[in-house]
Amino acid sequence: MRFYAFCWGLLIAIGAQAEVFEQTLSNGLKVIVKEDRRAPVVVQQVWYRAGSMDEKTGVTGVAHVLEHMMFKGTKAVPMGEFSRRIAAAGGRENAFTSYDYTAYFQQLHKSQLELAMKLEADRMHNLNLSDQEFAKEIRVVMEERRWRTDDDAHALLDERLMATAYQEHPYRNPIVGWMNDLKNMTADDARHWYQTWYAPNNATLVIAGDVDAKQVFALAKKYYGRIRAGKLPARKHYEEPAQLGIKRIVVKAPAELPHLVMAYHAPTLRDVEKDWQPYALSVLAGVLDGNDSARLNKSLVRERQVATSIGAGYANTSRGPTMFSLEATPAAGTSVEALEAAIREQLQMIVRDGVSEEELRRVRAQVTAAEVYKLDSLFYQAMQIGQIESIGLSQHDLPVMLKKLQAVTAEQVQAVARDILRDDQLTVAVLDPQPLAADKPQQGGHAHAH
Amino acid sequence: MRTKLISFVLLCGFAAGALATPQIQHWQAASGARVYFVEDHNLPMLDVAVSFPAGSAYDKADKKGVAGLTHGLLDLGAQGMNEDDIARKLADVGARIASSFDADRSAVTLRTLSSQAERDVALDILARVLQQPLFPQEVLAREKARLVASLREAETKPEFLSEKAFGKAVFGTHPYGWQSEVKDIEKIQRDDLQAFFRSHYGAKDAVVALMGDVSRQQAEAIAQQLTAQLPQSGSVASLPAVAGLQAGYELRIPHPASQSHILIGAPGIARNDPDYFPLYVGNYILGGGGFVSRLMNEVREKRGMAYSVYSYFMPMQQPGAFQIGLQTKNEQVDEALQVVRKTVHDFVAKGVTEAELRAAKQNIIGGFPLRIDSNRKILDYLSVIGFYDLPLTYLDDFQISIEQVDVRAINDAFRRRIDPDAMATVIVGGQAAGETK
Repeated sequence: MRFYAFCWGLLIAIGAQAEVFEQTLSNGLKVIVKEDRRAPVVVQQVWYRAGSMDEKTGVTGVAHVLEHMMFKGTKAVPMGEFSRRIAAAGGRENAFTSYDYTAYFQQLHKSQLELAMKLEADRMHNLNLSDQEFAKEIRVVMEERRWRTDDDAHALLDERLMATAYQEHPYRNPIVGWMNDLKNMTADDARHWYQTWYAPNNATLVIAGDVDAKQVFALAKKYYGRIRAGKLPARKHYEEPAQLGIKRIVVKAPAELPHLVMAYHAPTLRDVEKDWQPYALSVLAGVLDGNDSARLNKSLVRERQVATSIGAGYANTSRGPTMFSLEATPAAGTSVEALEAAIREQLQMIVRDGVSEEELRRVRAQVTAAEVYKLDSLFYQAMQIGQIESIGLSQHDLPVMLKKLQAVTAEQVQAVARDILRDDQLTVAVLDPQPLAADKPQQGGHAHAH
Repeated sequence: MRTKLISFVLLCGFAAGALATPQIQHWQAASGARVYFVEDHNLPMLDVAVSFPAGSAYDKADKKGVAGLTHGLLDLGAQGMNEDDIARKLADVGARIASSFDADRSAVTLRTLSSQAERDVALDILARVLQQPLFPQEVLAREKARLVASLREAETKPEFLSEKAFGKAVFGTHPYGWQSEVKDIEKIQRDDLQAFFRSHYGAKDAVVALMGDVSRQQAEAIAQQLTAQLPQSGSVASLPAVAGLQAGYELRIPHPASQSHILIGAPGIARNDPDYFPLYVGNYILGGGGFVSRLMNEVREKRGMAYSVYSYFMPMQQPGAFQIGLQTKNEQVDEALQVVRKTVHDFVAKGVTEAELRAAKQNIIGGFPLRIDSNRKILDYLSVIGFYDLPLTYLDDFQISIEQVDVRAINDAFRRRIDPDAMATVIVGGQAAGETK
């Protein structure tokens, strides 16, 4: 969920060996089946195209709150029963919410697929959202926010960076929601969210494993087919206003070491055939940080020792805009300013001198190998399909994306670095570490804003 | 959701009848290393793991941190290659070296394509990393500085502070409770690493696990290639016994975080403990079973007091911890503690029901296929079976052992092994802390 997490995996596709079948039910539910008979197991994932970016001011976090409420029962399956039945079937289950979507999953022995489909279809339209359960669960979500964000200095830094980099786009709001919105949220907010977005025509069902696609389609029709399509509201199109100059923020939180994040607004993939910058940015991230001897770690951690850790990240597929980001922790004796200067120097070297063929070959070799390794995880393969479908592209685009990624040239990497890594697109966030004793705030410190 | 449970997964076996378990081939290499191999040609890749009894518990009391740094420096310079050569050459063939390290075990893993050109390069690098590490002076100095920085950072985090205090409270002076400090790290020298490597990375103690797309003949050659030049040291001395707790203990450490981190526990069980299965199944019911455990139900579902609450046994060479954990906002720490303690008390005093046992068995046995559905997971089983000297039939025996557990066995084992009044409690959080209520 951290926005700068590597998304290499998600843009990598598998070509010929995949047995992927696709069908859309009359109520609009898209069903995608991937046959993989390596083990007698199956994974079901339902992806709703509703994430925190669809929320309105004042009710941030409701997408994620609803995700929690989805385990609270229906008329036919009382509170707690969903999890009990999946557990009794030997299954594992959970769910996750992102900016762009909310997804639910179960992993089971293949003989238990029908049970999972029946239960998942039931809660797509029969959720029982009681005031009483909401009142308890909202407290759980607030505990989750405290744990994930409020008490984690780096997560806080990310949160405030997003809120600064984006001015209009709802990516400025955290997925888990602002605490005040959680405190003021009502069961009606959750009901409204459920009624608005939980409909078969706003979902993708992905099933992967030791299954027969025809049988899965029949089961999908049987359990999901009877759910009526919903009337989905028109989606707002957001166009983040152009940034007019560098932005800098400081976040104070309990920690020992400062931390630096630099994030540049960057294009995301829309036209998989014609766009080139997103592929070039992915390769750029690989050249900077694709292995332990890639530029950033080699130069700044190992040789100059100005950082104790460093990373570059770029996710090229999302419903909204994206960023190319760098983050680093300065080594003892190095100021945040000096570290930022050292990182800028590395970026400038690419703008000025480009990258080598050897570096490109290395990135390609890693991408090729990752394609094979990916096959060892059924869950991940299903994830990749669900994610790409949910952000508005198609699983059919995956092989094209892989080909395009492998075709990126050194000139393109240099050009994209020049075009995108500009100060006017940049937000810099610095963690100013505070001592643990809250009554003695540290004066000055190693971090400064400009 | 809960990283601690990952190693637990390895214990959860099954088999018999319905599901074919992987056919494990086992032999001893000429080097003396024990080898565990599953041949599987479904995917064009090979996974390898080599483990040594060289975890942090093998440190000397006056040289804490040496085991960890020795492990950490293995792939940062080896015969004929500096750290960048290693990383670059691996990346060039798309191979990945990773490592894992805990109190018992130091392991290095390799994932590579099985095509010969790539595989040969990757295995050659792994062979040198394992057998001819250089521990370069300048790399050690840098890694010490990085480790010191990360330790200082960790000292501000409630998770780390609670784990550290808990380890000390549960294990006292036993190495399972050690956490190296900045001053320990600062005095470590290159000689220490070389000596530790010579004494703890012997061929006879090595366990090689291989999973994937090579033949038996190739696997034999690979195992020998990876271990033939390891030190010919004698076997590593066994770890000291763990003493049980005699009385309850509570420690509160102040911290500015909005949530308190609570850990409760005591020494638990070793890998070979005869009570292992009843305690494992019982713990599923108490706090191991995800959304359906008693702790989850009482603390989260009924009262909304925490996002995560769990319990587990961490079976180790010597008894590892039985641990309960949760995080809750400072204002309700005492209430949450009361709920957890009552849940544990009731569990031990009144035991489990037939219905709970049935549900637990359904999940553990029914979910077994998920535990061996990838090369990675099977590789991990091979390492654990080899390292802890479990029978080759371990996966097949597991279901039978789970099936044989009954209510009486669980209740009896918990009453004998878990005394709710003699557990350590550590609470990190709350500015008014320090006092014992």
